[in-house]
Amino acid sequence: MNNEWVYIGLFLVIGIIVPVVPLVFARLVAPRKPNPIKQSTYECGIETVGDSWVQFKAQYYVFALVFLAFDVEAVFLFPWALSLKQLPLFVVLEGVLFIAILVTGLIYAWRKGMMEWV
Amino acid sequence: MVFLNDPVHFVAGWANGLLNGWGLTANLATIIIYLVGITLLIVFAMVLDIMLVWVERKVVARFQDRLGPNRVGPFGLIQPFADIIKMVIKEDITPAGADRIVYNIAPVLAATSVIILWAILPLASTIYGVDLNVGLLYIVAAGSLGTLSIIMAGWSSNNKYALLGAFRMVANMISYEIPMVIILLVPTILADTMSIKGITQAQSGMWFAILSPLAFIIFLISAIAELGRSPFDLNEAESEIVSGFNVEYSGMKFGWFYAGELLHAFTFGGFMAVLFFGGYGGFFGLEKIAFFSWLNNPFAQAVVFIAKAMFGYWVIMWIKYSMPRIRIDHMLAFNWKFMTPLALVVLVNTAILSKILPPPPSWGYTLGMLFSNIIIGFITIEILRAYGRRKRKDETRFTPQVVQD
Repeated sequence: MNNEWVYIGLFLVIGIIVPVVPLVFARLVAPRKPNPIKQSTYECGIETVGDSWVQFKAQYYVFALVFLAFDVEAVFLFPWALSLKQLPLFVVLEGVLFIAILVTGLIYAWRKGMMEWV
Repeated sequence: MVFLNDPVHFVAGWANGLLNGWGLTANLATIIIYLVGITLLIVFAMVLDIMLVWVERKVVARFQDRLGPNRVGPFGLIQPFADIIKMVIKEDITPAGADRIVYNIAPVLAATSVIILWAILPLASTIYGVDLNVGLLYIVAAGSLGTLSIIMAGWSSNNKYALLGAFRMVANMISYEIPMVIILLVPTILADTMSIKGITQAQSGMWFAILSPLAFIIFLISAIAELGRSPFDLNEAESEIVSGFNVEYSGMKFGWFYAGELLHAFTFGGFMAVLFFGGYGGFFGLEKIAFFSWLNNPFAQAVVFIAKAMFGYWVIMWIKYSMPRIRIDHMLAFNWKFMTPLALVVLVNTAILSKILPPPPSWGYTLGMLFSNIIIGFITIEILRAYGRRKRKDETRFTPQVVQD
């Protein structure tokens, strides 16, 4: 049995129970008198026009595309960084080359106007 | 004396003997001891969280030239308990048409994502939950859970303001996460390990904030962005979208978002202390002198750690209450055109220098790292100044307008 991850698993369980306890307690002691006006969306404000779950253009979606590529590539750098002390300088420079390719992608996206608010 | 030097293992060993004496199997005894220990650690975090409400309110009052809570108890110290009682006995309103399951999970997840960070936070050399060998990735993973809870809250509330808050949180996440992950590689390279305790021990001679101040600054900025605090508090911008993602929450559910944010800020102050300021240690060899040997005591270390974490928390608060909110497209441009390239340059610089400089406990290593960082910082500032000058010139250039009738 791998003790570290058992500990993390138990921590997760208790970490969920601890926030739930005050919520359950609040449900027991707090008043509950719902009515349609109180439950209306954005109570005391202007009534919502139409459906709330509207679809609108996320103007940063191009950033999200670049983000996806970078997020995956950053994970590859962790093994390289961890074994850096054992690696010869040449292999370290190969890692730098990998980062350079990453930067080339960033510059390409930048020049293409991907980094603009569209 | 044994208890004073290693309280956790002393008590755990005693409890283990007791449970074995009752005839429990070794695995069951271990799990029971883990459960008790975890509960104690989380209760400590929660009590700290309650006091943070008071600290935050008192500090913001000082920044804004007010007195802050001072009616309930001495210096208003009982105020957070009054707040909790108020939150628990308030009616919990669920808006009609909300996605009830997601709506109820979100505040729990907001608190859980912060609490699980305490599993790897080392309070002292012998007082910590667990020492994972992938500790840094664990921080990133838990941080994404917190972001997810905000997106869930904004989406499920059936409110357009909340939905805008959730959309802004997505923008926030895609902008800060890359610099943060890249800059976490710098302590990894310097300490040659990803375990939080290993990183702390690697700093017993020299803080990483001195070896790589730029990495610390980038981590601080991306940590503030992850916390969603000002100047990156777009997701709950109260002057634009009322309160953003948590506008429909009331009672204790809102309380968890509030308490979770405060504890998150303190926990990131703690991680800042661990990753860049030596955590519970980092006395530059002072603890080896006989007169200061009490610094090796776990209780003294815990006090040092809490003090450093409080300082980090105070810096985060200082920035929060001094800066205006940044615009969303400026935030994306700032993170992608400035922070990410700078983080990559710092990473490459650290990787190459750690190979060609003399090995760590030496002046050549420390000064080489420090000066390379200062040079990179200077060049960065010069580039920014040149860019700013060109921008201002473009904006003030006079272009005659021909009026046609």
